[in-house]
Amino acid sequence: MSAPIIELRGVTRTYGSPPTTALAGIDLVIEEGEMLAIVGTSGSGKSTMLNIIGSLDQASSGEAYIAGHDLATLDDAQLSALRAHTIGFIFQQFHLSDGVSALDNVATGLLYTGIPPRERKERAEVALKRVGLGHRMGHHPRQLSGGERQRVAIARAVVGNPRLILADEPTGSLDTASGAEVVAILRELNAAGTAVVVITHDNELAQQMPRQVRISDGQILADQRKEASWAS
Amino acid sequence: MGQLKRSKLRSGDLLSLGFHGLRARPMRAVLSSLGIAIGIAAMIAVIGISTSSQALVKEKLSVLGTNMLTVSGGTDMLGQDVDLPKESVANIRRIPGVEHVGSIGAIDGVNIYRNDQIDASRTGGLSVAVADGDLLTATGANLMHGSWFNEATSKFPTTVLGRTTAERLGIQRAGSMVWLGGQQFTVVGILDSTPLAPELDSVALVGEPIARDLLGYTGTPTMIFERSSEERVAAVRELLPPTINPQAPTSVKVSRPSDALAAKNTVDQAFTGLLVGVGSIALLVGGIGVANTMVISVLERRSEIGLRRALGATRRHIRLQFLFEAMLLSALGGLAGTLLGWLVTAIAARSNGWAVSIPPAVLFAGVLVTIAVGALAGVLPAVRASRTAPTAALASA
Ligand SMILES: Nc1ncnc2c1ncn2[C@@H]1O[C@H](COP(=O)(O)OP(=O)(O)OP(=O)(O)O)[C@@H](O)[C@H]1O
Ligand SMILES: [Mg+2]
Repeated sequence: MSAPIIELRGVTRTYGSPPTTALAGIDLVIEEGEMLAIVGTSGSGKSTMLNIIGSLDQASSGEAYIAGHDLATLDDAQLSALRAHTIGFIFQQFHLSDGVSALDNVATGLLYTGIPPRERKERAEVALKRVGLGHRMGHHPRQLSGGERQRVAIARAVVGNPRLILADEPTGSLDTASGAEVVAILRELNAAGTAVVVITHDNELAQQMPRQVRISDGQILADQRKEASWAS
Repeated sequence: MGQLKRSKLRSGDLLSLGFHGLRARPMRAVLSSLGIAIGIAAMIAVIGISTSSQALVKEKLSVLGTNMLTVSGGTDMLGQDVDLPKESVANIRRIPGVEHVGSIGAIDGVNIYRNDQIDASRTGGLSVAVADGDLLTATGANLMHGSWFNEATSKFPTTVLGRTTAERLGIQRAGSMVWLGGQQFTVVGILDSTPLAPELDSVALVGEPIARDLLGYTGTPTMIFERSSEERVAAVRELLPPTINPQAPTSVKVSRPSDALAAKNTVDQAFTGLLVGVGSIALLVGGIGVANTMVISVLERRSEIGLRRALGATRRHIRLQFLFEAMLLSALGGLAGTLLGWLVTAIAARSNGWAVSIPPAVLFAGVLVTIAVGALAGVLPAVRASRTAPTAALASA
């Protein structure tokens, strides 16, 4: 794969009229297997950027590519296909379904791939074990701690073996210990070859990432690589 | 960059998504499908009660037969009564397919009383008529007591009473004497009533020979009962008037008593109309209720929709999910309503002594109709759901 997993060229995003600018000309390349933090204060445009990187939203101008696909040329079904097979999302609020078990929540990650239910469950089991929740498969989200819930959500994001994981404030609702666990899991996933993008306002969290993209007022202020951050 | 693999939702998964959506809010599901349930219950009950009552009539008719026609004199173009010609019975017998013909001929001015002490004006609404031909076989009438006329008794002053006649005169068995046309007549038999020939109930029948001898009977029949093979009924019906009275066929009245019987016993039309109306309105309101519930549900589940979109659901998948959920909601109401309608029918049938008879197609159609209502009600919410922005999962904090 020569094409980067994500490429943004002069991407802007404005909302409403009179237009307020959330993104003002972003150029960003994320290679396959990379791990980085997009860090900025509240209202700086992080979520807006994640929406575009994740093909949930379209840029007002500029070009955005995911795995070489020009997002502007894809229709709804194609964008959805991209999300189903290439991208895994992790949210601050977990967004788990209360009525079903952890295992079923994870299996939902494969619902729109057309994989038969049995295989979905088998793969969900593997993913849950991967995040250290092999012993909690039958539990419902309400019976799990915040950290465990986020790990279930991570398992759901990775169950389809996506090439890119997008996490919006993944530790935002967690205490320090659970947050550290989540980061460790994301690291492991990255070590296995998945590109991981973490969005955060938390500098400390960002410091743990090999690459940090700082944004403010919809613009990139700095793009730093920190080779020595592996052993923290 | 390679070809994109498509998003795909299996139909089995769509099914369980629908159930899952309803299970999440069971109380709401029950309440919002109530209207549908009531609507379809009313419809099923109306149809069920009417078909059950008709089943009884049909059963009765299959015993009585629908192959009997009744002929009587009508009026001419000037409104004058026209009697049936004397040779009518003989002529009818020649029509192909005719199997039995019997007739009665009322004798004007001759009345029947319990005995000679009764005042002549108190006729009790009873009349005296001559029985001729195979009257019993043609009408399907049976004797409750005694026997029918034979060669001998028809020449003597004997009578067979209709059921009402016997009751009014207070006669319970054969052998009693009555006062008929100024003479003592012996009652030889009493007829049971028959639904196809209610005319026989309030007459006293006498044999043809004695009627000519003693009562001045001229041989003019007033009503003819004819039975033919089942396939020939329509043809015979056509042929009867011109055969009986070639000069004035329109003055001959032909009727099929089984038709009237079939029509009489069905549920009151106005009542049926009312219930069907109430049912349709309930269905409509129920459909609106389902649509309303689904619209609210879509608003509440924005983040679920956003999540599904993030997991790869297409707009179409979201649309199908909500459409299917609406149909399921409505179908559940339909199922409950069908059951309720059946129950109401069963209760009505029981209290009337009918067997419950609802065509399975009606039950099936009932559920189908509710699914259609659900589909209609689901369109708007489903479209709204599919238009929910995929960013909804991130946006909701
Ligand atoms: N749907 C929207 N309509 C109008 N303005 C919006 C919308 N979404 C975001 N904005 C604006 O765009 C800017 C960037 O918002 P964004 O949500 O990307 O910030 P953020 O960096 O994610 O902030 P936070 O850390 O608080 O989540 C903000 O000024 C915000 O008010
Ligand atoms: Mg944000």
